[in-house]
Amino acid sequence: MNRHTLRYYFTEGFRGIFLHAFSSFAAVGVITACLLIMGSFSLVAVNIQAMVTEMEQSSEIVVEIDESLSDAAARSVGTQINRIENVYEAEWFPREDAFAQYVEKLEDPLLMQSFTPDIFPHRYKVYLVNVQYAEETARDLEALPGVAAVNVERDLLNSLLSIRRVVRVVSVVFILALLVVSLFIMQNTIKLATFERREEIAIMRVVGAAKGFIRWPFVVEGFLLGLMAGLLAYFLQALAYNRFADSLLRPITPIQLISFGELWLPVLAVFLLTGFLVGVFGSVLTIRKYLRA
Amino acid sequence: MIDVYKAYDNGTKALKGVTLRIDDGEFVFLVGPSGSGKSTIIKLLTSEIRPSEGKVMVNGYNINTIRPNAVPLLRRTLGVIFQDFRLIEKKNVFENVAFAMRAVGAAPKDVKKRVPYVLDLVGLSHKARRRPYELSGGEQQRVAIARALINNPMVIIADEPTGNLDPARSLEIMTLLERINALGTTVLAVTHERELVNRFAKRVVAIDGGRIIHDGQGGYYTNDPRRAGARE
Repeated sequence: MNRHTLRYYFTEGFRGIFLHAFSSFAAVGVITACLLIMGSFSLVAVNIQAMVTEMEQSSEIVVEIDESLSDAAARSVGTQINRIENVYEAEWFPREDAFAQYVEKLEDPLLMQSFTPDIFPHRYKVYLVNVQYAEETARDLEALPGVAAVNVERDLLNSLLSIRRVVRVVSVVFILALLVVSLFIMQNTIKLATFERREEIAIMRVVGAAKGFIRWPFVVEGFLLGLMAGLLAYFLQALAYNRFADSLLRPITPIQLISFGELWLPVLAVFLLTGFLVGVFGSVLTIRKYLRA
Repeated sequence: MIDVYKAYDNGTKALKGVTLRIDDGEFVFLVGPSGSGKSTIIKLLTSEIRPSEGKVMVNGYNINTIRPNAVPLLRRTLGVIFQDFRLIEKKNVFENVAFAMRAVGAAPKDVKKRVPYVLDLVGLSHKARRRPYELSGGEQQRVAIARALINNPMVIIADEPTGNLDPARSLEIMTLLERINALGTTVLAVTHERELVNRFAKRVVAIDGGRIIHDGQGGYYTNDPRRAGARE
């Protein structure tokens, strides 16, 4: 392919967008709408996943230290706890703090007036890397010397795990379903655009144009339309996400969405890549039929 | 074309043993009623279809065995003109002619040089920037002829080139084809216009029912009173 031909493909592809303005507009519109629907759903899923992860990370296993150990020995158990693979952090929670917390919760604090903090053991609050392995980690903790008891909030952890599983499955199913529907709609739009130009393709074949010469301007056009749709969808998505976070969600709930600043790069990359792939493959697949005929 | 038979998938037998030879530089009229097999001959020549039996050779290409990637190369040796002009509405006259040249990989500077020459040949230099819908039928057909000529083909195949034109414009187009033929290009013109066939007195090949029923120099309609009055 020489540079004249390459330039011709790009010039023709670019001109095709304007010469067939209505079908170009329809293709960009449909691809943008599909990307926005998929993008919005993905962002909701990402935020739910982030919330669940945060809840998991703040859920804890309480490790009670053997009361026969001195304060210093009790504290040193923390070093061994931190060595366990799935432990994210072990936070020292002395019996004084436990006593104070207990008193604080009572309606009548005077009830505990005659007691001292010694009735509580020293504790460690253990946060996990992955709550899925909470049971195994609890067993490892129980096996440590100096550990008297290990309390796992099994119901909470199981609920969180269930939520995570449901969110993951629903996200994957919905995104795949939306992707299939979007591809179908997009392919039909491109098919219509190509159908409008079947006469042009037939003439090209009559004058002896090679298949590549016929195909490439359409591919370039699909590529440009896909990129345009990807960029447009990205800006609309950023606008909609920030509006949703600022104007709708913030005034009525304490939920904090992930800032778009943290998400822009993957969103832009996915939108451009999807736009590019849909544009190029949509054109290639559709035009193949006319080149075969 | 040697003893060519063509049967379509639906069972229609379009050609039944056609043998036809057209030499370089000839001008041939192919005439016959609707459904006689004229279109099938053109489709065979442009390698849109393959013969069921027999052998077809066009400009050195064997249509029976031609590979798909050689079909565009064969078509570059042919210039095809249609009754309905088949111009691209969204391109102007210059672009319609130029893109046939670009399609065969010509450099832009060669396109810029050759297109005005060919447009001048068909008398349309002054309308290079017009779109097809701004032109008369005769002018549109001249654009189609320019497009067919642009790659310097060995053969021009004109499929009912005057079918959509009035008698005066038809004469103009046929005269133009005759001039092109005089410059050395072989011309095969399919037509229904008896007056034109009579007037130009060229070789006439008549086909009916898939068989060649006449092949001779001029006078096909005038020599036989039954044909002279017949409307095809």
